[in-house]
Amino acid sequence: MKKLSPQKIALALAAPLAAAVVSIFVSSLAVLASHKSPFNAYTTMWEFGTQGGSLMEVLNTATPYYIAAIAIAVTFRAGLFNIGVEGQLRLGALFSAYIGAMFTLPPVLHVLAVFIVAMTIGGIWASIAAYLKVKRGVNEVISTIMLNSLAVGVTSFLFSKYFAVITEGSNNLATKELPKSAWFPDLVPLLTKLGVPEQPGGSVNGMLLIAIALGFIFWFVVNRTRFGFELRASGANPIAARVSGVNSKKMTFIALVISGAIAGLSGLPAVLGETHSYNMGFRSGIGFSAIAVALLGRNSAGGMAFSALLFGFLEVSSRALELIDIAPETYVIMQGSILLSSVIAYEVVRRFKLTLQSKELAKVVSA
Amino acid sequence: MSVAVELRHITKRFPGVVANKDVSMRVETGTVHALVGENGAGKSTVMKILYGMQHPDSGEILVNGTAVNLKNPNDAIELGIGMVHQHFMLADNFTVLENIILGAEPQHGVTIDFKAARAKVAEMSKAYGLDVDPDILVEELGVGQRQRVEILKVLYRGANILIFDEPTAVLVPQEVDDLFGALQGLRAKGMAVIFISHKLDEVLRVADDVTVVRAGETVAEVKAKDVTARQLAELMVGSELPQPTTHGDTRRAEVTLALKDVSIPTATGSRDLISHVSFNLHAGEVVGIAGVEGNGQAELVEAIMGLREYTGSIEFQGSTIDHMSVAHRHDLGIGLIPEDRQRQALMMNSPLWENRVLGHQRGKPVMRGFILDKKATIEDTKRIMEEFDVRAPGPMTAAAALSGGNQQKFIVGREMSKAPALLVASHPTRGVDVGAQGAIWEVLREARTKGMAIVLISADLEELVGMSDRLLVMLRGAITAELDPQKTTLEQLGSAMTGAA
Repeated sequence: MKKLSPQKIALALAAPLAAAVVSIFVSSLAVLASHKSPFNAYTTMWEFGTQGGSLMEVLNTATPYYIAAIAIAVTFRAGLFNIGVEGQLRLGALFSAYIGAMFTLPPVLHVLAVFIVAMTIGGIWASIAAYLKVKRGVNEVISTIMLNSLAVGVTSFLFSKYFAVITEGSNNLATKELPKSAWFPDLVPLLTKLGVPEQPGGSVNGMLLIAIALGFIFWFVVNRTRFGFELRASGANPIAARVSGVNSKKMTFIALVISGAIAGLSGLPAVLGETHSYNMGFRSGIGFSAIAVALLGRNSAGGMAFSALLFGFLEVSSRALELIDIAPETYVIMQGSILLSSVIAYEVVRRFKLTLQSKELAKVVSA
Repeated sequence: MSVAVELRHITKRFPGVVANKDVSMRVETGTVHALVGENGAGKSTVMKILYGMQHPDSGEILVNGTAVNLKNPNDAIELGIGMVHQHFMLADNFTVLENIILGAEPQHGVTIDFKAARAKVAEMSKAYGLDVDPDILVEELGVGQRQRVEILKVLYRGANILIFDEPTAVLVPQEVDDLFGALQGLRAKGMAVIFISHKLDEVLRVADDVTVVRAGETVAEVKAKDVTARQLAELMVGSELPQPTTHGDTRRAEVTLALKDVSIPTATGSRDLISHVSFNLHAGEVVGIAGVEGNGQAELVEAIMGLREYTGSIEFQGSTIDHMSVAHRHDLGIGLIPEDRQRQALMMNSPLWENRVLGHQRGKPVMRGFILDKKATIEDTKRIMEEFDVRAPGPMTAAAALSGGNQQKFIVGREMSKAPALLVASHPTRGVDVGAQGAIWEVLREARTKGMAIVLISADLEELVGMSDRLLVMLRGAITAELDPQKTTLEQLGSAMTGAA
């Protein structure tokens, strides 16, 4: 059973391939609807997207997606759903930029301090939903959605009233710039040393390394530790988990708070690596796109890395569509159709596998 | 008499059960037709095919003389086929009434006509003696009452071919009598009743015809009046049935479990779920808890395991465990075989080796510190599968793919692997085949000899009387009698359970 048979490989590839075919078909329809050639659109995207500078941009786009997707996956694995990542990361970003600029520490320590601020704020915000769920039985989907609205309001209010400083000659409100010690280094110098050619204006956000590390930690903790097992057990069968000694309320609380803390980190690539402050241009929607990334990546560390990169690639490369007069927002249709078709394809393959397993079992039992 | 249902040469491969190689049966209208066989012989599969939940790979289904193709249960319901499932399919957060009418709601314009529904349900409850409060939430019902809801649900849809999948597994003799009375009534009205069971005395009491399946094949079709239970048993398994018996007194001096005045009050302040329960259980002793389902047995288990708050005190091996968490109690050496294996003991979509970890995730052999020892777990899963004859391709197989009996053997093996000092066994052989039943009894006997204390809860009175050293009768949450199993007949026990004596 363990050996890689051609059948097994075919099964593993069936779902992603089917999903790709269906989504390309749907996206092509969208392009055709605007009387343009889909083939032309794809080649343009591919040519633009695979340029060195674009690839760096893809990494930068994927980094916060990946971190936020991990935050969501933590709850998915526990049978919960934290839709509140958007609010948690926004609050985390605002406070870490504001508090981080209040003091100076040696470089590494300063970054760590900002991490702690972001995780604490994200965790505290999520703990409201966790508390409501555990103590009052409030569905976390509802409460986190509402907390998102609240977070947007709270950040706008605090930002514009108290945290922002007005820079002469600029329309852009921003918090005080972080001292250099809190900047996360760009990876381009390192990459250049490794022989990667420099790109004009190209940068690679150092938080990429944090995202990769988080991915490994997520994989290890969820799949290889007792905590991870209890988390998954709570998701797979909460009643059985409780009967077997898992404190389900504690597990729910911890999962949501950890998720919030990780979500808090996902606002930092922008704050520490790009703008070095929280400003009006802070990108919105990362927390929502990350839901799709987590779903497409099936809540596994590797799968989410792939889907974060894919989403990043589509987003970056679709900018080139403007050159041939196609709305760049076409990428949203692509992302949507990929997500939908892959969810369906995986379900179909899962059922097919179960049937196969049953047949195998019937052989064993009747033997 | 006409033929209501006929199956011809049904073949089917289905998750976890023997391939149905060749099953045929004819059910006439106005009869009770029993389908007997070991679990895993393919009975439930045949019924699922008849109910449209599974599709035969080959073979024919005829309903009222016409060949039909049942794509889903709706097709079956339309043809007047109703099914009372072994695993209940009810929405916990709905009331009894809502569950009964779910999917067949009487309309009153755009709203549901609850008044008409309530009247109809009340009338049916009365007619068939299936007494359930229509406004109580299903999650508050015991297993026995849930079954009544299932039966009402089927009758509500106007079925005239009724399938009962192991309906008596959860009932005491008096309730079985009531059920059989209802079945006779249905028969008199010209309905066809298909009765799946492996309890042969019941089959002979209630059925007109019997179809015996073994390993996915019809091996006999007989009139109930022409056969004895022994003949049927031989047809079913081809060998003698195992007996639930224990030998000698293995009771030791030390008290393993002591309950002192344990009560579980309800939130609403009505009658306690269990009330002032006290008993001592010695090492090497089996105490059987007898009672009609829903009289506090489930709550007693939850109190012992720490799953529910209680007043009073529980001591394990001489020291109190009242303040201890569920996990702590497991780790002290209290094992549990829960009453509903799929809901309470398994992660159905996870592989067996991960299920091996469940409940044991705090120690060896599945853990090395805080790290999951996958290799050792897989090895130990293989050991359990071998020792307890769990039939599945390997540790990577999902629990859902196993038949009920194999799932249960796996759970028993898992609990026994930590050599618990106390085992709380709730319906340890419910819905498992004769072979597995004998194997599980043997495991319990052996552990008893080695000094394990067992709290045995079962609806199978023979099992209860045969395996227990002492019987405690639970009625409305309280212990109302203590009986010596050697001097108690099943009838006496049944009377004590319903409070008639």
